[in-house]
Amino acid sequence: MSETLKSLRFTLLAVVAALVVSAFIIVITDIEALGNGDFGTALSTLRTAYWGLFKGAFGSLRAISNTITGATPLLLAGLAVSSAFKAGLFNIGATGQMLAGAMTGLWVGFAFQLPPLIHVPLALIASAIGGALFGAIPGALKARTGAHEVITTIMLNGIASFTVLWLLKTEAFKREGRDDAISKFVEESARLPRLFGFMGKRIDLLAHSGFIVALLATAVFWWLLRKTTLGFEMQATGFNQEAAKYAGMRTKSLMVVSMAIAGSFAGLAGGSEVLGLYGYASATVAGDIGFDAIAVALLGRSTPIGTLVAAILFGALQAGGRQMQVDTDVPIDLIIVLRALIVMFIAAPLLVKAMFRIKGEAKSFGQTFRGWGG
Amino acid sequence: MKFELRGITKRFPGIVANDQVSLSISTGEVLALIGENGAGKSTLMNVLYGIYRPDEGELMVDGKPIHFSSPADAIAAGIGMVHQHFMLVPVMTVAENVVLGVEPTGRLGSLDIAEARRMVREVSDKYKLELDPDAVIEDLPVGVRQRVEIVKVLMRDAQIVVFDEPTAVLTPSEILEFFEIVRTLVGAGRGVIFITHKLKEALTIADRINVLRRGKVVGETAPSATNEDEIAEMMVGRAVQLVVDKHSAKPGDVMLAVRDLTVVEPDGRTVVDGVSFEVRRGEIVGVAGVQGNGQTELVEAIAGLRRAAGGSVTLAGRDITGDSPRERHVAGMAHIPEDRQKQGLVVDMSIVENLVLTRYHDPEFSSGVRMNWAGAKEKAAAMVAAYDIRTTDPSQAASTLSGGNQQKVIVARELSRDIKVAVAAQPTRGIDVGSIEYVHAQMVKERDNGVAMLVVSTELDEVMALSDRVLVMYRGKIVADLDPRTVSHMDVGLYMAGSRPTAVSS
Repeated sequence: MSETLKSLRFTLLAVVAALVVSAFIIVITDIEALGNGDFGTALSTLRTAYWGLFKGAFGSLRAISNTITGATPLLLAGLAVSSAFKAGLFNIGATGQMLAGAMTGLWVGFAFQLPPLIHVPLALIASAIGGALFGAIPGALKARTGAHEVITTIMLNGIASFTVLWLLKTEAFKREGRDDAISKFVEESARLPRLFGFMGKRIDLLAHSGFIVALLATAVFWWLLRKTTLGFEMQATGFNQEAAKYAGMRTKSLMVVSMAIAGSFAGLAGGSEVLGLYGYASATVAGDIGFDAIAVALLGRSTPIGTLVAAILFGALQAGGRQMQVDTDVPIDLIIVLRALIVMFIAAPLLVKAMFRIKGEAKSFGQTFRGWGG
Repeated sequence: MKFELRGITKRFPGIVANDQVSLSISTGEVLALIGENGAGKSTLMNVLYGIYRPDEGELMVDGKPIHFSSPADAIAAGIGMVHQHFMLVPVMTVAENVVLGVEPTGRLGSLDIAEARRMVREVSDKYKLELDPDAVIEDLPVGVRQRVEIVKVLMRDAQIVVFDEPTAVLTPSEILEFFEIVRTLVGAGRGVIFITHKLKEALTIADRINVLRRGKVVGETAPSATNEDEIAEMMVGRAVQLVVDKHSAKPGDVMLAVRDLTVVEPDGRTVVDGVSFEVRRGEIVGVAGVQGNGQTELVEAIAGLRRAAGGSVTLAGRDITGDSPRERHVAGMAHIPEDRQKQGLVVDMSIVENLVLTRYHDPEFSSGVRMNWAGAKEKAAAMVAAYDIRTTDPSQAASTLSGGNQQKVIVARELSRDIKVAVAAQPTRGIDVGSIEYVHAQMVKERDNGVAMLVVSTELDEVMALSDRVLVMYRGKIVADLDPRTVSHMDVGLYMAGSRPTAVSS
C-alpha cells in the first residue's frame, strides 16, 4: 500500500473512531433514559442524533447549502494554515489575518460605487492584500529577529481583534444609528452572488460564491506547490532550512512571502464572510474559524485536496450539528467534542492502530506539524 | 560467557535484512562486524539487543537458548549497546546521566547523588576512563561523551559491549584513546562487538572479523590472516581500488584564489585566520587537519554561507567575496557540503527534487515562475544512470537511499554541469568502500576535465590519496603546503597536531 493510501486510511479511521467515542458520550449523557435503566431509548436517541447529523449536512438542498456556507471560510483559513505548514511555519494567526482581510474588503465594499463585475473582484483583492500584509508581519519578525511565529501570531490575533473593535466604532466604519460595534452594510454591488440565486426567492439558501473563490484558492495552492519554483523553495525550506540555504534559496524572504501567501488565504476567508454571508462586519466576524482551521489543516495533512475534504467535513458537522440539536436534546457542543476527538485520534496514530488492530509501522504518520521550535 | 546467534533470519517487506546469519562472541575478545551500509549490521545488532525479534534462528547463552522481547531482557542477559548517536541529557552532569533509570536512592526515595558519583568514579578508575562525575555533558568533547556512554553500559553489568560505528564521530587522537579503552575492557574480561565499515580500524583492534554482505555472513577471518584489499573485496563482492587511480596533474590557470580570508564567530573567536591559497585548473588541492580547526568555516566562507570578516575569494579572476551562494553557483562553483543530510539534501523530498535542489533555477528546469518537472525528471533519470545511483524509482524520497547513494546524488547534482571550481567537504564521510571508490573516481575525472578542485577532509588517507597538493590547517591557519608524493603520513600528522617535523621534506 502506498504512503498516501496508508495515511488516508488512518485519517478515515480517526474519523470513525471519533464517531464511535461520541456515540458513547451521547448514550451516557442521556441521563433521563439511563436513569430509568432504559437503554433502548438511549440507543434510539443515538440513532436520531446521528441521522439528524447526516440529514442536516447532506439531507436536502438547504442542508447542502449550510454545509457549503460553513465549509467556505474553513477551507480558506485552512489553506492559510496548510500553506504555512508547507513552508515549515506554524500559523496560529489565521484569525487575525481574517479580521484584517474582512476590514479591507469591507471598506472597499462600502466606500466605492462600482459595477458588480469590478466591485466584487476589487473587494476580494483588497481582502487578500489586507490578510497578506497582516500575515507578512510575523514572517518579517521571524526573519529579522528570530521571534517564533507561534508567539507572534497569537499576539497579533489579539491586536487584530481590538483594532477591529475600535475601527467598528469610528465614524468611517460604524453603522448609522447603532452604538455597538457593527459596521455599515457593503454596497449591493460588492456582495458575492448567492450560489443558489437561480432558485429564486429561497432566502434560506445562504451559500454564496465565496465557495467558488475557496475552490479556486485551493487550485492555486495546488499549482503553487506542484508547478512553481516558489512552491519548491517553500517546501524545501519547510523540510530543511539548512539545505535550502545551502541551495542558494533566500530563506528569510521566503518566510515573509510564505506568511504573506498564508495571510492572503485567510484574508479571503474574512472577505468572503463579509461580502458573501453577512454583508457587514462585526467584532465576531472571524469567530473560532482561525483555530478550527488548524484542525482542518491537520486533518487534511496540509495538502490541497486534504484541506478541501477536511473543510467540507467540518462544515458538514457544523450544519448537521444544528439539525441534531433540533431533532434530539443532544447539544451542538457535541460537535466540538467530536472535532476534538478527530484531532486527538489523528495526533495519536498508535491509539487508532490499537483500536483497529492494524499491524505494522505508523511512524510516518502524525508528522504534519513540522517547524515547531524551528 | 559465550554468546551465539544461530541462523538468524529477519525479513522486512521486500527485503531480507539478515539471511541465516550465525556468529558468536566470547568474553575477552573483540569481534569486528564489517559491512557496507545496508548490509544488515544494524538489523543484526537490533536482534541481539532485543529490539527486533528474528523470524528464524535463535540466540544462545553458553549453549542455552534465550529469548529477548525487549532491550531490558538483553541488558539483564549482559548485553550493552553504545549507539552511534549518544543518548545523553546535555544539561545534566556525568553522574546524573550515568544513573538515569537506575538511580541509587536514599531514604524516602531521594536521589543519592554522592553514591552516583562514587559509582562513576569506581568504574572510571577501574577501566581508566578518566571521567569527572560532576562535569556537565554539553561542556565535554565527543570522545569523552562516548566514555560516559561506556560507563553507563558497564554499570548495568554488561559482559558483551556492542559499539555501533564508534569512531565515526571521533578525532584521530580520540580514536587511539578509544582503542586503549577497548583493550582495557577486553583485558578485564568483557567481550566487545565492534561494528564498522573502516577496514583499518577492524584490522587494528579485532581478534576476529566477520564480513556481512546483503544480509549474509560472507567471510570470517582474523587480522593476521588477511589484509585491507581482501576484506574490501569480501564487503563489496568484487575487487576494489583502494588507491586512487590518477595521472599526475597538469595544473593550468588559477581558478580559485583565497587571500587573507578571515572568519570570526559571533562570540569573537577567530576560526579562520588570514588563510591564503590558490587552486589551479586541473589540480586537486587537499586540506588536511583535525576536525574543528576551521575547515568547516573555511568551506562555508568560500561557498558564501558564512560572511568573511576580512580577505577575499576570487573565482576565475572575478572577486566573489560579497556574492550570495546562488551567485557563486551561477558563476561556476560546485559545493559538496560536509553534512549530506543536514545541508546537502532535503531527505523528505524525492530523489528528482534533490537532484535539482541547487539547480532548479536554471532555464533547463524552470522558466522563472514555473518548474519544468518533465525536464527535471528526464535529467534526473540520466543522472541516476550516469552516476550509478541505486534506486528503483527516482520519485521516492531521498531518505530511502543508503548513505553512499545519497552522496552520489549530491555528487551527480554538483559535478554534472559546467563548473570551474568544486569545493568538496568530507566527500566520503560515513559511506561504504564501493561508493568511496566511485566518488573519488568522479572527482579525478572532473580534475582531468579542467576543474579546480578543493577537497577538505579529516581522513588523512583520503587527502593524501586524492590530492595533488596538500595544505594542512591548524587552529584556523594553513601551516603547511606539501607534496603528497614526497611527504610521509607521519610528517603530515605532525603538522596536523601543530608541531613541525625536524627535517622538512618539501
